[in-house]
Amino acid sequence: MNLKEIKIGQKVKIIKLDGGLMFIKRAEELGIRIGLLVEKKSAQFMNGPITIKIGNTNIALGIGMAEKIIVEEL
Amino acid sequence: MNDKLNKKKLMLIGNPNVGKSAIFSRLTGVKVIASNYHGTTVEYTKGFLKLGNEKMEIVDIPGIYSLEPTMKAEEVAVKIFKDAVKEKNENIFINIIDSTNLERNLNLTYELIKRNIPLIVVLNFWDEAGHTGVNINREKLENILGVPVITTCGITGEGIKNLVDNLHNATESNFLSKNFTKDTTEKNKWERIGEIVEQVQELKHKHHTIGEKLSDLSIHPLSGLLVATIVLGLSFSIIRIIGESLIAYLLEPMFNKFWTPVLLKISALFNGSGFIHDILIGKIIDGEISYLDSMGMLSTGLFVPIAMILPYITAFYFVLSFLEDSGYLPRLGILVDNLMHKLGIHGLAIIPMLLGIGCNVPGALSTRMLETRREKFIASTLMAIAVPCMAQIAMIFGLLGRYGLKAIIVVFGILFIVWIILGLLMNKLVKGTSPEIFTEIPPYRIPYFKSLLKKLLMRIIWFIKEAVPYVLLGVLVINILYVLHIIDFIGNLASPIFTGLMGLPKETVGALIVGFLRKDVAVGMLVPLGLSMKQMIISSVILTMYFPCIATFTVLLKELGAKDMAKSAAIMMISTLVVGSILNLIL
Repeated sequence: MNLKEIKIGQKVKIIKLDGGLMFIKRAEELGIRIGLLVEKKSAQFMNGPITIKIGNTNIALGIGMAEKIIVEEL
Repeated sequence: MNDKLNKKKLMLIGNPNVGKSAIFSRLTGVKVIASNYHGTTVEYTKGFLKLGNEKMEIVDIPGIYSLEPTMKAEEVAVKIFKDAVKEKNENIFINIIDSTNLERNLNLTYELIKRNIPLIVVLNFWDEAGHTGVNINREKLENILGVPVITTCGITGEGIKNLVDNLHNATESNFLSKNFTKDTTEKNKWERIGEIVEQVQELKHKHHTIGEKLSDLSIHPLSGLLVATIVLGLSFSIIRIIGESLIAYLLEPMFNKFWTPVLLKISALFNGSGFIHDILIGKIIDGEISYLDSMGMLSTGLFVPIAMILPYITAFYFVLSFLEDSGYLPRLGILVDNLMHKLGIHGLAIIPMLLGIGCNVPGALSTRMLETRREKFIASTLMAIAVPCMAQIAMIFGLLGRYGLKAIIVVFGILFIVWIILGLLMNKLVKGTSPEIFTEIPPYRIPYFKSLLKKLLMRIIWFIKEAVPYVLLGVLVINILYVLHIIDFIGNLASPIFTGLMGLPKETVGALIVGFLRKDVAVGMLVPLGLSMKQMIISSVILTMYFPCIATFTVLLKELGAKDMAKSAAIMMISTLVVGSILNLIL
């Protein structure tokens, strides 16, 4: 299951960052890391970007990136 | 004036949008633009801090997440940092942290600590952290890190004095030597940061704040569209009301009451005619000065920038500064991301476009926040072609206003369609990739009125300094061109294009020549030509599109390089010809 697939408002736990080294580094810098809890806040129409909340930070990311962030239900 | 220069420099370093620029302004008194989204500082800024009879240089480094950059824009910042470390004058590094996001910010702090440099850590947004239920134990953090930790609120200035008083306490951290025999692998980095955070931070659960609810509303696709419509509609109305009121109740009466008599006296000195008279005052018809038609440097040349444009500039930047500081713009970017991707740029490119409405120059500069060369090229070209600056918009309002709102809407409608079509085409034709959006969204903040006014004032002064001399020069050039019959000459040469294809009188060419200096003056030059509404619409559109003004051109050339600028210019001219001809056929 990844961030694209979960419902808006759902809270999940990040278990894997399924991308290249640069992607993982960038994600970690923005605060997206394995083990953290994340809430999906919104998704735009037609595979537009999604927004998530981790801790106090809101992050917007494209749908391709969302698919690379693997999560599990709590 | 003869303050001794301390050799040590202060380097401000931190993540994007943690308030570095606000703290920089506070320390130096140098006014810099700070906004509530990342990437406002694209070039590093220098200033000086006065300490008794000494002064110290301060450098505001653009925001970075890490000393190993993942984005091109960050490479510049890292280079500044590394150069400063190499200098052997014990530069002091001030690491500014967003207290509401301690864990993420400590990543950079951790990297800085490893460099063994004199460091001070500043917990900024200290008041906001308290409101959002984040409690950080400052003393404990200071003990753990082994460097001074100061709390501040950069916007109001709280804690800045304390920071200055503690500069001499900057020290190398003993964190690593104290806790670990030798630096083990990177793998433990986040774990260690996690441990620190656990020790010093306490989170209280707070219910959704109003800001968060608004944030949710403005990024949901449907309610977000509604919010965007309201925000943009309201912005437009406020700009028009402020602009029109300033003109009608303040500036026009002032010119008529105080300046006209002065001009008439000067005119009398020259007996009301002659070459110099015409350049200074322009043509006087029946003893009256028409500020729009007379084309004298002291009449039209002053009236246009001060009484016609400045009011709208003031109104526009008031609204824009408010939107910038509130944090709404990145949310608008997310909302339009899908549409913008069809044009080859991502949603945040809406920010250069909006800045471009004020003036194309800052618009062109802010394209640096985009990642790839392709995005920069597309965004710059689209802005230069289809986004008229506020000076030009004000003139179009002034001239087309007599035909009602309809004519104005037609002009901007056409430009919007051109923006879309050209974007779609460039997305197909320009090589390279446009990455997906991947960015932090700043929290909503209520703009701090004092800093908002300061920013507004800075932008107004900037406009007066940059624009008025060029407008005067433009008016002078017009006079010389007319006297030497140059406009006639080029007009005759170009008449197959202007008259034949676009249905405009050949004199329009004069406006295009002057438009390279100032687009607003160029629009003003259309007044004496006696154009029909259709011709007015066509010439307003092509004046926007054909080429940027010299100020924008210079910046674009530097940002894009000669080759890409040439390509961009070719696109501008070809699309101007095509659009002008089509409009002549269908309007």
